[in-house]
Amino acid sequence: MSVRAENVNVLSLSVSRRNWNAFVTIVRREISRILRIWGQTVVPPAITMSLYFAIFGKLIGSRIGQMGGFSYMDFIVPGLIMMSVITSSYSNVVSSFFGAKFGKHVEEMLVSPMPNYVILAGYVSGGMARGLMVGGVVSLVALAFTDVRVHSMPVTLSVVLLTSVVFSLLGMINAIFARKFDDIAIIPTFILTPLTYLGGVFYSIQLLPEFWQKASLLNPILYMVNAFRYGILGVSDINVVYAYAMILVFGVILTVVCLYLLRAGIGLRS
Amino acid sequence: MKALFIHNLYKTYRNGVQALVDVSLAVEEGDFFALLGPNGAGKSTLIGIVCSLVNKTSGSVEVFGHSIDTELETAKAFIGVVPQETNFNQFESAFNIVVNQAGFYGMPRRQAMKQAQRYLEIMELWDKRDQISRSLSGGMKRRLMIARAMVHDPRLLILDEPTAGVDIEIRRSMWKFIRRINDEGTTIILTTHYLEEAESLCKKVAIIDRGRIVENTSVKELLATLDIETFVLDLRTPLDTLPELDGYEVTRVDATTLEAVLPKSRSLNGLFGALAASGIEVLSMRNKSNRLENVFLRLVDRS
Repeated sequence: MSVRAENVNVLSLSVSRRNWNAFVTIVRREISRILRIWGQTVVPPAITMSLYFAIFGKLIGSRIGQMGGFSYMDFIVPGLIMMSVITSSYSNVVSSFFGAKFGKHVEEMLVSPMPNYVILAGYVSGGMARGLMVGGVVSLVALAFTDVRVHSMPVTLSVVLLTSVVFSLLGMINAIFARKFDDIAIIPTFILTPLTYLGGVFYSIQLLPEFWQKASLLNPILYMVNAFRYGILGVSDINVVYAYAMILVFGVILTVVCLYLLRAGIGLRS
Repeated sequence: MKALFIHNLYKTYRNGVQALVDVSLAVEEGDFFALLGPNGAGKSTLIGIVCSLVNKTSGSVEVFGHSIDTELETAKAFIGVVPQETNFNQFESAFNIVVNQAGFYGMPRRQAMKQAQRYLEIMELWDKRDQISRSLSGGMKRRLMIARAMVHDPRLLILDEPTAGVDIEIRRSMWKFIRRINDEGTTIILTTHYLEEAESLCKKVAIIDRGRIVENTSVKELLATLDIETFVLDLRTPLDTLPELDGYEVTRVDATTLEAVLPKSRSLNGLFGALAASGIEVLSMRNKSNRLENVFLRLVDRS
Protein backbone atom coordinates (compact mmCIF):
# COMPACT_ATOMS: atom_id res chain seq x y z
CA MET A 1 0.00 0.00 0.00
CA SER A 2 1.26 3.45 -0.89
CA VAL A 3 1.95 5.82 2.02
CA ARG A 4 0.48 8.78 0.21
CA ALA A 5 -3.28 8.89 -0.33
CA GLU A 6 -4.20 9.26 -3.98
CA ASN A 7 -6.73 12.04 -3.60
CA VAL A 8 -4.98 14.49 -1.29
CA ASN A 9 -3.75 17.69 -2.85
CA VAL A 10 -4.64 20.83 -0.98
CA LEU A 11 -3.60 22.92 -3.98
CA SER A 12 -6.51 21.46 -5.96
CA LEU A 13 -8.85 23.46 -3.69
CA SER A 14 -9.50 27.11 -4.46
CA VAL A 15 -7.56 29.62 -2.36
CA SER A 16 -10.74 30.93 -0.75
CA ARG A 17 -11.84 27.39 0.19
CA ARG A 18 -8.42 26.61 1.67
CA ASN A 19 -8.41 29.85 3.63
CA TRP A 20 -11.94 29.24 4.90
CA ASN A 21 -10.98 25.75 6.11
CA ALA A 22 -7.91 27.19 7.86
CA PHE A 23 -10.00 29.96 9.46
CA VAL A 24 -12.59 27.46 10.73
CA THR A 25 -9.76 25.33 12.16
CA ILE A 26 -8.43 28.23 14.24
CA VAL A 27 -11.89 29.29 15.43
CA ARG A 28 -12.83 25.73 16.36
CA ARG A 29 -9.57 25.31 18.27
CA GLU A 30 -10.05 28.65 20.08
CA ILE A 31 -13.63 27.87 21.11
CA SER A 32 -12.68 24.41 22.29
CA ARG A 33 -9.87 26.00 24.35
CA ILE A 34 -12.32 28.49 25.93
CA LEU A 35 -14.72 25.68 26.83
CA ARG A 36 -11.96 23.33 28.02
CA ILE A 37 -10.73 25.88 30.55
CA TRP A 38 -14.15 27.38 31.33
CA GLY A 39 -13.19 27.70 34.99
CA GLN A 40 -10.59 30.28 33.96
CA THR A 41 -12.42 31.89 31.05
CA VAL A 42 -16.11 32.20 31.87
CA VAL A 43 -16.59 31.74 35.62
CA PRO A 44 -14.24 34.45 37.05
CA PRO A 45 -15.92 37.39 35.24
CA ALA A 46 -19.34 36.10 36.33
CA ILE A 47 -18.21 36.05 39.98
CA THR A 48 -16.48 39.45 39.78
CA MET A 49 -19.48 41.08 38.14
CA SER A 50 -21.86 39.52 40.68
CA LEU A 51 -19.84 41.27 43.39
CA TYR A 52 -19.92 44.57 41.48
CA PHE A 53 -23.71 44.28 41.07
CA ALA A 54 -24.21 43.38 44.73
CA ILE A 55 -21.83 45.93 46.28
CA PHE A 56 -21.88 48.90 43.87
CA GLY A 57 -25.31 48.34 42.38
CA LYS A 58 -27.39 47.25 45.38
CA LEU A 59 -25.55 48.27 48.52
CA ILE A 60 -23.91 51.57 47.57
CA GLY A 61 -26.14 52.26 44.55
CA SER A 62 -29.29 52.45 46.69
CA ARG A 63 -27.75 55.46 48.53
CA ILE A 64 -26.47 57.17 45.37
CA GLY A 65 -29.92 57.53 43.88
CA GLN A 66 -30.43 58.28 40.20
CA MET A 67 -27.78 58.67 37.50
CA GLY A 68 -28.59 59.75 33.95
CA GLY A 69 -32.26 59.35 34.77
CA PHE A 70 -31.92 55.69 35.88
CA SER A 71 -31.31 53.87 39.14
CA TYR A 72 -27.59 53.43 39.78
CA MET A 73 -27.93 49.67 39.34
CA ASP A 74 -29.54 50.11 35.91
CA PHE A 75 -26.91 52.68 34.97
CA ILE A 76 -23.90 50.47 35.70
CA VAL A 77 -25.26 47.25 34.13
CA PRO A 78 -24.30 48.18 30.51
CA GLY A 79 -20.88 49.41 31.63
CA LEU A 80 -20.13 46.26 33.60
CA ILE A 81 -21.25 43.99 30.75
CA MET A 82 -19.03 45.97 28.40
CA MET A 83 -16.14 45.83 30.88
CA SER A 84 -16.33 42.04 30.95
CA VAL A 85 -16.52 41.87 27.13
CA ILE A 86 -13.46 44.11 26.80
CA THR A 87 -11.27 42.22 29.27
CA SER A 88 -12.39 38.79 28.03
CA SER A 89 -11.77 39.53 24.34
CA TYR A 90 -8.40 41.06 25.10
CA SER A 91 -7.19 38.37 27.45
CA ASN A 92 -8.36 35.53 25.19
CA VAL A 93 -6.26 36.65 22.26
CA VAL A 94 -3.26 37.78 24.25
CA SER A 95 -3.05 34.57 26.28
CA SER A 96 -3.83 32.19 23.41
CA PHE A 97 -1.48 33.77 20.86
CA PHE A 98 1.32 34.40 23.34
CA GLY A 99 0.88 30.83 24.61
CA ALA A 100 1.31 29.63 21.02
CA LYS A 101 4.44 31.75 20.68
CA PHE A 102 5.85 30.61 24.01
CA GLY A 103 5.12 26.94 23.30
CA LYS A 104 6.41 27.43 19.73
CA HIS A 105 3.26 25.89 18.22
CA VAL A 106 2.64 29.21 16.47
CA GLU A 107 5.13 27.68 13.99
CA GLU A 108 2.42 25.22 12.96
CA MET A 109 0.55 28.18 11.49
CA LEU A 110 3.58 30.06 10.21
CA VAL A 111 4.83 27.13 8.09
CA SER A 112 1.37 26.53 6.63
CA PRO A 113 0.11 28.28 3.48
CA MET A 114 -2.46 30.20 5.51
CA PRO A 115 -2.16 33.98 4.87
CA ASN A 116 -1.62 36.34 7.81
CA TYR A 117 -5.09 37.83 7.54
CA VAL A 118 -6.60 34.37 8.12
CA ILE A 119 -4.50 33.89 11.27
CA LEU A 120 -5.61 37.33 12.48
CA ALA A 121 -9.27 36.72 11.62
CA GLY A 122 -9.19 33.35 13.40
CA TYR A 123 -7.77 34.74 16.63
CA VAL A 124 -10.01 37.82 16.56
CA SER A 125 -13.03 35.54 16.10
CA GLY A 126 -11.86 33.51 19.08
CA GLY A 127 -11.66 36.73 21.13
CA MET A 128 -15.14 37.71 19.95
CA ALA A 129 -16.50 34.28 20.88
CA ARG A 130 -15.18 34.60 24.42
CA GLY A 131 -16.33 38.22 24.67
CA LEU A 132 -19.86 37.20 23.61
CA MET A 133 -19.93 34.17 25.90
CA VAL A 134 -18.82 36.19 28.92
CA GLY A 135 -21.06 39.13 27.98
CA GLY A 136 -24.00 36.71 27.79
CA VAL A 137 -23.22 35.14 31.16
CA VAL A 138 -22.77 38.55 32.84
CA SER A 139 -26.08 39.71 31.31
CA LEU A 140 -27.76 36.66 32.87
CA VAL A 141 -26.15 37.51 36.22
CA ALA A 142 -27.42 41.11 35.86
CA LEU A 143 -30.96 39.74 35.43
CA ALA A 144 -30.74 38.40 38.97
CA PHE A 145 -30.30 41.95 40.26
CA THR A 146 -32.48 44.08 37.99
CA ASP A 147 -34.71 44.03 34.92
CA VAL A 148 -32.56 44.46 31.84
CA ARG A 149 -34.61 45.90 28.98
CA VAL A 150 -32.93 46.46 25.65
CA HIS A 151 -33.63 49.80 23.98
CA SER A 152 -32.12 48.81 20.61
CA MET A 153 -30.97 45.24 19.92
CA PRO A 154 -29.09 46.12 16.68
CA VAL A 155 -27.07 48.84 18.47
CA THR A 156 -26.43 46.60 21.48
CA LEU A 157 -25.20 43.65 19.43
CA SER A 158 -23.20 45.66 16.91
CA VAL A 159 -21.40 47.62 19.64
CA VAL A 160 -20.53 44.42 21.52
CA LEU A 161 -19.19 42.79 18.36
CA LEU A 162 -17.18 45.80 17.24
CA THR A 163 -15.77 46.38 20.72
CA SER A 164 -14.68 42.77 21.03
CA VAL A 165 -12.99 43.06 17.61
CA VAL A 166 -11.08 46.18 18.72
CA PHE A 167 -9.88 44.60 21.96
CA SER A 168 -9.04 41.29 20.33
CA LEU A 169 -6.82 43.23 17.91
CA LEU A 170 -5.18 45.04 20.81
CA GLY A 171 -4.63 41.69 22.52
CA MET A 172 -2.96 40.43 19.34
CA ILE A 173 -0.55 43.38 19.28
CA ASN A 174 0.31 42.81 22.93
CA ALA A 175 0.91 39.09 22.26
CA ILE A 176 3.12 39.83 19.24
CA PHE A 177 5.40 42.12 21.26
CA ALA A 178 5.33 40.08 24.50
CA ARG A 179 8.48 38.12 25.28
CA LYS A 180 7.54 36.74 28.68
CA PHE A 181 4.35 36.12 30.62
CA ASP A 182 4.84 39.35 32.62
CA ASP A 183 4.51 41.31 29.37
CA ILE A 184 0.96 40.13 28.80
CA ALA A 185 -0.11 41.47 32.21
CA ILE A 186 1.41 44.95 31.87
CA ILE A 187 -1.09 46.43 29.38
CA PRO A 188 -4.23 45.09 31.14
CA THR A 189 -2.97 46.24 34.54
CA PHE A 190 -1.56 49.64 33.72
CA ILE A 191 -3.60 50.74 30.70
CA LEU A 192 -6.74 48.70 30.14
CA THR A 193 -8.09 48.63 33.70
CA PRO A 194 -7.56 52.38 34.39
CA LEU A 195 -9.11 53.31 31.01
CA THR A 196 -12.08 51.04 31.68
CA TYR A 197 -12.70 52.48 35.15
CA LEU A 198 -12.35 56.01 33.74
CA GLY A 199 -14.47 55.14 30.69
CA GLY A 200 -17.82 55.97 32.22
CA VAL A 201 -18.65 52.49 33.53
CA PHE A 202 -19.56 53.77 36.99
CA TYR A 203 -20.46 57.40 36.32
CA SER A 204 -21.72 59.83 33.71
CA ILE A 205 -18.99 62.19 32.52
CA GLN A 206 -21.51 65.02 33.07
CA LEU A 207 -20.51 64.74 36.75
CA LEU A 208 -16.91 65.71 35.96
CA PRO A 209 -15.46 69.22 35.79
CA GLU A 210 -15.26 70.54 32.22
CA PHE A 211 -11.54 69.86 31.81
CA TRP A 212 -11.90 66.20 32.82
CA GLN A 213 -14.97 65.86 30.60
CA LYS A 214 -12.79 66.87 27.64
CA ALA A 215 -9.92 64.70 28.82
CA SER A 216 -12.32 61.73 29.02
CA LEU A 217 -13.08 62.11 25.32
CA LEU A 218 -9.54 60.88 24.61
CA ASN A 219 -10.44 57.54 26.22
CA PRO A 220 -11.65 55.12 23.50
CA ILE A 221 -13.49 52.97 26.04
CA LEU A 222 -15.79 55.90 26.84
CA TYR A 223 -17.26 55.67 23.31
CA MET A 224 -17.84 51.94 23.54
CA VAL A 225 -19.43 52.02 26.99
CA ASN A 226 -21.70 54.91 26.03
CA ALA A 227 -22.74 53.42 22.70
CA PHE A 228 -23.58 50.18 24.50
CA ARG A 229 -25.44 52.07 27.22
CA TYR A 230 -27.45 53.71 24.47
CA GLY A 231 -28.30 50.26 23.09
CA ILE A 232 -29.56 49.09 26.50
CA LEU A 233 -30.97 52.23 28.15
CA GLY A 234 -31.35 54.68 25.25
CA VAL A 235 -29.09 57.30 26.89
CA SER A 236 -25.47 58.23 26.19
CA ASP A 237 -22.97 60.95 27.08
CA ILE A 238 -21.67 60.77 23.51
CA ASN A 239 -23.41 61.06 20.13
CA VAL A 240 -23.88 57.40 19.10
CA VAL A 241 -22.95 58.00 15.46
CA TYR A 242 -19.72 59.63 16.63
CA ALA A 243 -19.10 56.65 18.94
CA TYR A 244 -19.56 54.19 16.05
CA ALA A 245 -17.17 56.20 13.89
CA MET A 246 -14.52 56.17 16.62
CA ILE A 247 -14.87 52.40 17.18
CA LEU A 248 -14.59 51.74 13.42
CA VAL A 249 -11.55 54.00 13.07
CA PHE A 250 -9.84 52.21 15.94
CA GLY A 251 -10.74 48.86 14.39
CA VAL A 252 -9.31 49.75 10.97
CA ILE A 253 -6.08 51.24 12.39
CA LEU A 254 -5.48 48.25 14.67
CA THR A 255 -6.16 45.79 11.83
CA VAL A 256 -3.59 47.52 9.63
CA VAL A 257 -1.04 47.52 12.48
CA CYS A 258 -1.63 43.81 13.20
CA LEU A 259 -1.25 42.83 9.55
CA TYR A 260 1.94 44.87 9.28
CA LEU A 261 3.40 43.22 12.38
CA LEU A 262 2.49 39.73 11.16
CA ARG A 263 3.92 40.42 7.72
CA ALA A 264 7.15 41.80 9.14
CA GLY A 265 7.30 38.80 11.46
CA ILE A 266 8.03 40.98 14.48
CA GLY A 267 8.27 38.76 17.54
CA LEU A 268 7.55 35.73 15.36
CA ARG A 269 10.33 35.33 12.79
CA SER A 270 13.99 35.96 13.48
CA MET B 1 12.02 19.88 -11.92
CA LYS B 2 13.82 21.38 -8.96
CA ALA B 3 12.09 20.77 -5.65
CA LEU B 4 14.21 23.47 -4.04
CA PHE B 5 16.33 26.11 -5.67
CA ILE B 6 18.30 28.53 -3.52
CA HIS B 7 20.37 31.29 -5.09
CA ASN B 8 22.81 33.70 -3.41
CA LEU B 9 21.08 33.45 -0.07
CA TYR B 10 22.34 35.63 2.77
CA LYS B 11 21.14 35.89 6.33
CA THR B 12 22.54 38.32 8.86
CA TYR B 13 20.84 38.42 12.25
CA ARG B 14 20.16 41.70 14.05
CA ASN B 15 23.09 41.02 16.38
CA GLY B 16 25.38 41.04 13.35
CA VAL B 17 25.92 37.27 13.14
CA GLN B 18 26.22 36.17 9.52
CA ALA B 19 24.37 32.86 9.52
CA LEU B 20 24.37 32.31 5.75
CA VAL B 21 26.80 33.70 3.20
CA ASP B 22 26.06 33.41 -0.51
CA VAL B 23 24.38 30.00 -0.26
CA SER B 24 23.29 28.46 -3.55
CA LEU B 25 21.77 25.01 -3.68
CA ALA B 26 19.54 22.93 -5.94
CA VAL B 27 17.60 19.85 -4.86
CA GLU B 28 16.04 17.86 -7.69
CA GLU B 29 12.55 16.38 -7.32
CA GLY B 30 12.81 12.88 -5.86
CA ASP B 31 16.25 13.46 -4.30
CA PHE B 32 17.17 12.22 -0.86
CA PHE B 33 19.35 15.11 0.16
CA ALA B 34 21.54 15.41 3.26
CA LEU B 35 22.37 18.82 4.64
CA LEU B 36 25.28 18.36 7.01
CA GLY B 37 27.27 20.73 9.14
CA PRO B 38 28.55 21.25 12.66
CA ASN B 39 26.39 22.93 15.30
CA GLY B 40 25.77 26.57 14.46
CA ALA B 41 26.79 26.11 10.82
CA GLY B 42 23.51 27.56 9.49
CA LYS B 43 21.47 24.42 8.72
CA SER B 44 18.45 25.38 10.82
CA THR B 45 18.59 28.98 9.55
CA LEU B 46 18.53 27.68 5.98
CA ILE B 47 15.56 25.40 6.73
CA GLY B 48 13.86 28.22 8.65
CA ILE B 49 14.07 30.52 5.61
CA VAL B 50 12.64 27.85 3.30
CA CYS B 51 9.72 27.28 5.72
CA SER B 52 9.31 31.03 6.34
CA LEU B 53 10.19 30.85 10.03
CA VAL B 54 13.23 33.04 9.44
CA ASN B 55 13.36 36.20 7.31
CA LYS B 56 16.16 36.16 4.73
CA THR B 57 18.43 39.16 4.29
CA SER B 58 18.78 38.72 0.52
CA GLY B 59 18.77 36.08 -2.20
CA SER B 60 16.04 33.91 -3.67
CA VAL B 61 14.33 30.66 -2.75
CA GLU B 62 11.99 28.68 -4.99
CA VAL B 63 9.99 25.61 -4.07
CA PHE B 64 8.88 23.61 -7.12
CA GLY B 65 9.34 26.79 -9.17
CA HIS B 66 7.33 29.02 -6.80
CA SER B 67 9.23 31.90 -5.26
CA ILE B 68 8.79 32.52 -1.54
CA ASP B 69 8.84 36.25 -2.36
CA THR B 70 5.96 36.30 -4.81
CA GLU B 71 4.05 33.02 -4.26
CA LEU B 72 4.73 32.27 -0.61
CA GLU B 73 1.44 30.48 0.12
CA THR B 74 1.75 28.17 -2.90
CA ALA B 75 5.40 27.44 -2.13
CA LYS B 76 4.55 26.54 1.47
CA ALA B 77 1.76 24.17 0.40
CA PHE B 78 4.42 21.85 -1.09
CA ILE B 79 6.46 21.59 2.12
CA GLY B 80 6.17 19.45 5.23
CA VAL B 81 8.63 20.12 8.00
CA VAL B 82 9.78 18.13 11.02
CA PRO B 83 11.64 20.56 13.27
CA GLN B 84 14.51 19.81 15.58
CA GLU B 85 12.60 20.64 18.76
CA THR B 86 9.02 19.74 19.62
CA ASN B 87 6.75 22.61 18.65
CA PHE B 88 3.23 21.35 19.20
CA ASN B 89 0.73 22.34 21.85
CA GLN B 90 1.63 20.23 24.87
CA PHE B 91 -1.99 20.28 26.06
CA GLU B 92 -3.60 19.08 22.82
CA SER B 93 -4.25 15.44 22.00
CA ALA B 94 -2.10 13.79 19.33
CA PHE B 95 -5.14 13.47 17.05
CA ASN B 96 -6.12 17.14 17.34
CA ILE B 97 -2.57 18.28 16.65
CA VAL B 98 -2.48 16.40 13.33
CA VAL B 99 -6.06 17.30 12.34
CA ASN B 100 -5.46 20.99 13.08
CA GLN B 101 -2.28 21.01 11.01
CA ALA B 102 -4.21 19.60 8.05
CA GLY B 103 -6.78 22.35 8.63
CA PHE B 104 -4.08 25.04 8.59
CA TYR B 105 -3.08 23.71 5.17
CA GLY B 106 -6.67 24.24 4.05
CA MET B 107 -7.90 20.65 4.12
CA PRO B 108 -11.62 20.08 4.82
CA ARG B 109 -12.15 18.64 8.30
CA ARG B 110 -13.51 15.26 7.22
CA GLN B 111 -10.52 14.65 4.97
CA ALA B 112 -8.19 16.02 7.66
CA MET B 113 -9.50 13.44 10.14
CA LYS B 114 -8.99 10.62 7.63
CA GLN B 115 -5.47 11.76 6.87
CA ALA B 116 -4.67 12.12 10.58
CA GLN B 117 -5.84 8.56 11.19
CA ARG B 118 -3.81 7.33 8.21
CA TYR B 119 -0.52 8.84 9.40
CA LEU B 120 -1.05 8.15 13.10
CA GLU B 121 -1.59 4.50 12.17
CA ILE B 122 1.53 4.44 9.98
CA MET B 123 3.50 6.02 12.83
CA GLU B 124 1.99 3.47 15.26
CA LEU B 125 0.41 6.23 17.34
CA TRP B 126 -3.26 5.55 16.65
CA ASP B 127 -3.81 3.97 20.06
CA LYS B 128 -2.31 7.13 21.63
CA ARG B 129 -4.51 9.50 19.62
CA ASP B 130 -6.46 10.85 22.61
CA GLN B 131 -3.42 11.15 24.83
CA ILE B 132 -2.24 14.68 25.67
CA SER B 133 0.96 15.19 23.69
CA ARG B 134 2.92 16.22 26.78
CA SER B 135 2.58 12.69 28.15
CA LEU B 136 4.04 10.99 25.06
CA SER B 137 7.57 9.58 25.15
CA GLY B 138 10.40 11.29 23.25
CA GLY B 139 10.23 8.79 20.38
CA MET B 140 6.45 9.14 20.14
CA LYS B 141 6.76 12.93 19.99
CA ARG B 142 9.21 12.60 17.07
CA ARG B 143 6.82 10.28 15.25
CA LEU B 144 3.93 12.62 15.97
CA MET B 145 5.85 15.44 14.32
CA ILE B 146 6.43 13.25 11.26
CA ALA B 147 2.71 12.39 11.10
CA ARG B 148 1.88 16.10 11.40
CA ALA B 149 4.37 17.04 8.65
CA MET B 150 2.99 14.35 6.33
CA VAL B 151 -0.71 14.99 6.89
CA HIS B 152 -1.13 17.10 3.72
CA ASP B 153 1.05 14.72 1.64
CA PRO B 154 3.83 17.23 0.95
CA ARG B 155 6.03 16.83 -2.13
CA LEU B 156 9.05 18.09 -0.17
CA LEU B 157 9.66 16.80 3.35
CA ILE B 158 12.29 18.57 5.41
CA LEU B 159 13.54 16.72 8.46
CA ASP B 160 15.75 18.63 10.88
CA GLU B 161 17.54 15.98 12.95
CA PRO B 162 14.48 13.74 13.17
CA THR B 163 16.22 10.88 14.94
CA ALA B 164 18.09 12.87 17.58
CA GLY B 165 17.66 11.18 20.94
CA VAL B 166 15.52 8.26 19.78
CA ASP B 167 16.45 4.64 20.33
CA ILE B 168 17.87 2.52 17.55
CA GLU B 169 14.66 0.53 16.97
CA ILE B 170 12.57 3.67 16.40
CA ARG B 171 15.38 5.21 14.37
CA ARG B 172 15.40 2.22 12.04
CA SER B 173 11.61 2.28 11.65
CA MET B 174 11.83 5.99 10.82
CA TRP B 175 14.54 5.30 8.23
CA LYS B 176 12.33 2.63 6.68
CA PHE B 177 9.38 5.01 6.48
CA ILE B 178 11.42 7.88 5.06
CA ARG B 179 13.03 5.59 2.44
CA ARG B 180 9.56 4.35 1.49
CA ILE B 181 8.07 7.81 0.92
CA ASN B 182 11.20 8.82 -1.00
CA ASP B 183 10.76 5.75 -3.23
CA GLU B 184 7.17 6.90 -3.81
CA GLY B 185 8.40 10.29 -5.04
CA THR B 186 8.60 12.58 -2.03
CA THR B 187 11.74 14.71 -2.06
CA ILE B 188 13.56 14.52 1.26
CA ILE B 189 15.96 16.98 2.82
CA LEU B 190 17.56 15.63 5.97
CA THR B 191 19.87 17.24 8.47
CA THR B 192 21.48 14.90 10.92
CA HIS B 193 24.45 14.50 13.20
CA TYR B 194 24.49 10.76 12.60
CA LEU B 195 26.69 10.57 9.55
CA GLU B 196 26.11 6.85 9.08
CA GLU B 197 22.43 7.80 8.76
CA ALA B 198 23.23 10.26 5.96
CA GLU B 199 25.58 7.75 4.29
CA SER B 200 23.06 4.93 4.28
CA LEU B 201 19.98 7.01 3.36
CA CYS B 202 20.99 9.93 1.16
CA LYS B 203 21.98 10.14 -2.47
CA LYS B 204 23.10 13.79 -2.47
CA VAL B 205 24.85 15.79 0.18
CA ALA B 206 25.73 19.39 0.92
CA ILE B 207 28.07 20.32 3.72
CA ILE B 208 27.66 23.72 5.28
CA ASP B 209 30.15 25.34 7.61
CA ARG B 210 30.06 28.85 9.10
CA GLY B 211 27.21 29.76 6.78
CA ARG B 212 28.91 28.69 3.54
CA ILE B 213 28.39 25.60 1.42
CA VAL B 214 31.78 23.86 1.38
CA GLU B 215 30.70 20.79 -0.61
CA ASN B 216 27.67 19.90 -2.70
CA THR B 217 27.78 16.61 -4.56
CA SER B 218 26.53 13.01 -4.52
CA VAL B 219 27.37 10.84 -1.51
CA LYS B 220 29.14 8.41 -3.84
CA GLU B 221 31.39 11.07 -5.33
CA LEU B 222 32.12 12.51 -1.93
CA LEU B 223 33.18 9.13 -0.57
CA ALA B 224 35.36 8.61 -3.63
CA THR B 225 37.50 11.54 -2.46
CA LEU B 226 38.63 9.51 0.55
CA ASP B 227 42.21 8.49 -0.20
CA ILE B 228 42.77 6.22 2.79
CA GLU B 229 40.53 4.02 4.92
CA THR B 230 41.22 2.44 8.28
CA PHE B 231 39.85 -1.04 8.98
CA VAL B 232 39.63 -2.92 12.24
CA LEU B 233 40.25 -6.68 11.92
CA ASP B 234 39.14 -9.20 14.56
CA LEU B 235 41.32 -12.33 14.59
CA ARG B 236 40.38 -15.93 15.31
CA THR B 237 43.52 -16.73 17.34
CA PRO B 238 45.60 -14.41 19.54
CA LEU B 239 48.74 -12.97 18.00
CA ASP B 240 51.85 -12.20 20.11
CA THR B 241 53.91 -10.39 17.52
CA LEU B 242 52.94 -8.89 14.19
CA PRO B 243 54.89 -10.20 11.19
CA GLU B 244 55.90 -8.01 8.20
CA LEU B 245 52.86 -7.85 5.86
CA ASP B 246 54.14 -7.03 2.37
CA GLY B 247 54.36 -3.28 2.98
CA TYR B 248 50.84 -2.92 4.39
CA GLU B 249 50.50 -0.47 7.29
CA VAL B 250 49.06 -2.75 9.98
CA THR B 251 49.31 -2.23 13.75
CA ARG B 252 48.43 -4.57 16.61
CA VAL B 253 45.79 -3.09 18.91
CA ASP B 254 45.61 -6.12 21.20
CA ALA B 255 46.11 -9.88 20.91
CA THR B 256 43.03 -10.42 18.72
CA THR B 257 42.64 -7.01 17.04
CA LEU B 258 44.59 -5.37 14.21
CA GLU B 259 44.19 -2.01 12.55
CA ALA B 260 45.03 -1.66 8.85
CA VAL B 261 45.41 1.68 7.06
CA LEU B 262 44.78 1.13 3.37
CA PRO B 263 45.41 3.71 0.65
CA LYS B 264 42.95 3.73 -2.27
CA SER B 265 45.80 2.50 -4.53
CA ARG B 266 45.98 -0.87 -2.75
CA SER B 267 43.28 -3.52 -2.68
CA LEU B 268 41.80 -5.45 0.22
CA ASN B 269 42.56 -8.70 -1.64
CA GLY B 270 46.27 -8.02 -1.35
CA LEU B 271 45.99 -7.36 2.38
CA PHE B 272 44.04 -10.56 2.95
CA GLY B 273 46.57 -12.46 0.86
CA ALA B 274 49.41 -11.14 3.04
CA LEU B 275 47.51 -12.00 6.21
CA ALA B 276 46.71 -15.51 4.97
CA ALA B 277 50.36 -16.05 3.98
CA SER B 278 51.35 -15.21 7.57
CA GLY B 279 48.79 -17.68 8.93
CA ILE B 280 46.56 -14.95 10.36
CA GLU B 281 42.84 -15.79 10.13
CA VAL B 282 40.43 -12.84 10.14
CA LEU B 283 37.00 -13.39 11.74
CA SER B 284 35.41 -10.05 10.93
CA MET B 285 36.24 -6.60 9.63
CA ARG B 286 34.74 -3.10 9.96
CA ASN B 287 35.59 0.51 9.14
CA LYS B 288 37.25 2.17 12.12
CA SER B 289 35.07 5.28 11.66
CA ASN B 290 32.24 6.20 9.35
CA ARG B 291 33.55 7.03 5.90
CA LEU B 292 31.35 10.08 5.48
CA GLU B 293 32.50 11.24 8.89
CA ASN B 294 36.10 11.24 7.66
CA VAL B 295 35.24 13.38 4.64
CA PHE B 296 33.02 15.63 6.73
CA LEU B 297 35.74 16.31 9.30
CA ARG B 298 38.30 16.93 6.58
CA LEU B 299 36.05 19.46 4.81
CA VAL B 300 34.97 21.23 7.97
CA ASP B 301 38.55 21.40 9.29
CA ARG B 302 39.74 22.79 5.95
CA SER B 303 37.06 25.48 5.81
